[in-house]
Amino acid sequence: MRIQNLFKQNAMANSYYDPADLRKFGKITEWSEELGTKFFDYYGKVFEEGALSAREKSLIALAVSHVVKCPYCIDAYTKDGLQRGITKEEMMEAVHAGAAIESGATLVHGVQMMNKYNKLSM
Amino acid sequence: MHQLKKAKKPKTKTLHARKDELASANRQLEILNGGLFAEGELPSFKDKISEIGHFPLRPNRLEILQINVGYMCNITCEHCHVDAGPGRKEIMTTETMEMCLEVIRNTGAHTLDLTGGAPEMNPHFRWFVEEAAKAGIKDFIVRSNLSIIMAHPKFRDLPDFFKEHNVHVVSSLPHYTRGKTDKQRGDGVFDASIQALLELNERGYGKPGSDLRLDLVYNPSGAFLPGDQAALESDFKNALLEDFGILFHSLFAITNLPISRFLDYLIASDNYDDYMYALVDAYNPGAVANVMCTNTISISWDGWLYDCDFNQMLGLKVASKVKHIKDYNEDILNDRNIIISQHCYGCTAGAGSSCQGTVA
Repeated sequence: MRIQNLFKQNAMANSYYDPADLRKFGKITEWSEELGTKFFDYYGKVFEEGALSAREKSLIALAVSHVVKCPYCIDAYTKDGLQRGITKEEMMEAVHAGAAIESGATLVHGVQMMNKYNKLSM
Repeated sequence: MHQLKKAKKPKTKTLHARKDELASANRQLEILNGGLFAEGELPSFKDKISEIGHFPLRPNRLEILQINVGYMCNITCEHCHVDAGPGRKEIMTTETMEMCLEVIRNTGAHTLDLTGGAPEMNPHFRWFVEEAAKAGIKDFIVRSNLSIIMAHPKFRDLPDFFKEHNVHVVSSLPHYTRGKTDKQRGDGVFDASIQALLELNERGYGKPGSDLRLDLVYNPSGAFLPGDQAALESDFKNALLEDFGILFHSLFAITNLPISRFLDYLIASDNYDDYMYALVDAYNPGAVANVMCTNTISISWDGWLYDCDFNQMLGLKVASKVKHIKDYNEDILNDRNIIISQHCYGCTAGAGSSCQGTVA
């Protein structure tokens, strides 16, 4: 087991992302207590039941996690969705909603391209 | 065009039928006490409850007698902590039932809770229910997997039988969608469960204001913890009413404890470490005072006494002079230390977990 742990540590040093780091997220507070605490208070408050249900916010978080391509967030909000009884169909629709906005954001710049093209062309 | 064919999921077999090493309670305890806990990566449950002065864990007033009348079951759920299945032969005899009845007639407990396996598969089940119902205990629960009612014509009249004896039916339903339920419990179990719920509703079970109590048990279908019980209850109620016109009273969200077939699943799917971290992270000191072993005695098919059904499966008999139903004495039993191990984190995670749902 100890050898396995050493191997794990080495692997970790050579990788930007380690799933085990997600559990350590709370530790960011150790190096800046005030800001860390304010962030986690804010974060917790955001996901409480409000005008939107916690379930709806979990799906929004899952969609955004994909758009910002955060592997930790994807793990966290897939698990959160499962805990809430959210189905895989609902999760995948949320991912598509995020992806559609992201691709739309790229494509709408096509208008800029068209404007520039037209301006520069005789 | 080439199409990917989904491989048919092999049917779950009991650990006992597979002769798996996890069929041994000692092997399970070795795993639970080793690994992350032995290495000091995670604190032991004993250390955690010592911090708040709850070690040794002691019983409060006895409220619930939970009797496991046998490990035989018509289905073989992937997560079953009993390792129940059609091939299990451990069945309570009438002799042991007589001893249980004597206890039921004299107990201070207000709730009698029959479980299994599928308790209905014990050949003496109906006689036992009839006799136990006469003792006039306030809340008489039978934990039914629902699908048993549709499994064979001889079980079809169970809804009437339950009604006749004013039995409180508590039924497992992992999810309100067919896919998730059948994946955990086997093909066809969802449809059979829905049919059984409709029949119970027809007898008046689960209707608002009805004395015929029908509660559902939700437990996660995978390596994650249950979400908020009230939110899940509301989702189950809306979905079952909208899709099938089904009504029920309450939903109990129960955490899967890392023992038996669920432990096997966690290890095989490489989720064991993460699940133990999740349980320890979710430890709620506020749940400790009301964990179910503080108000429950669990009796096995062969009459031994345990702090809970999980300890029963781990072979951890009560730490008391009275260890068997034949010597039952409530005062002596209540003066005992409850036996704990790392699986106990399952009952203190989040809002806590018990056979009656959350505790905190």
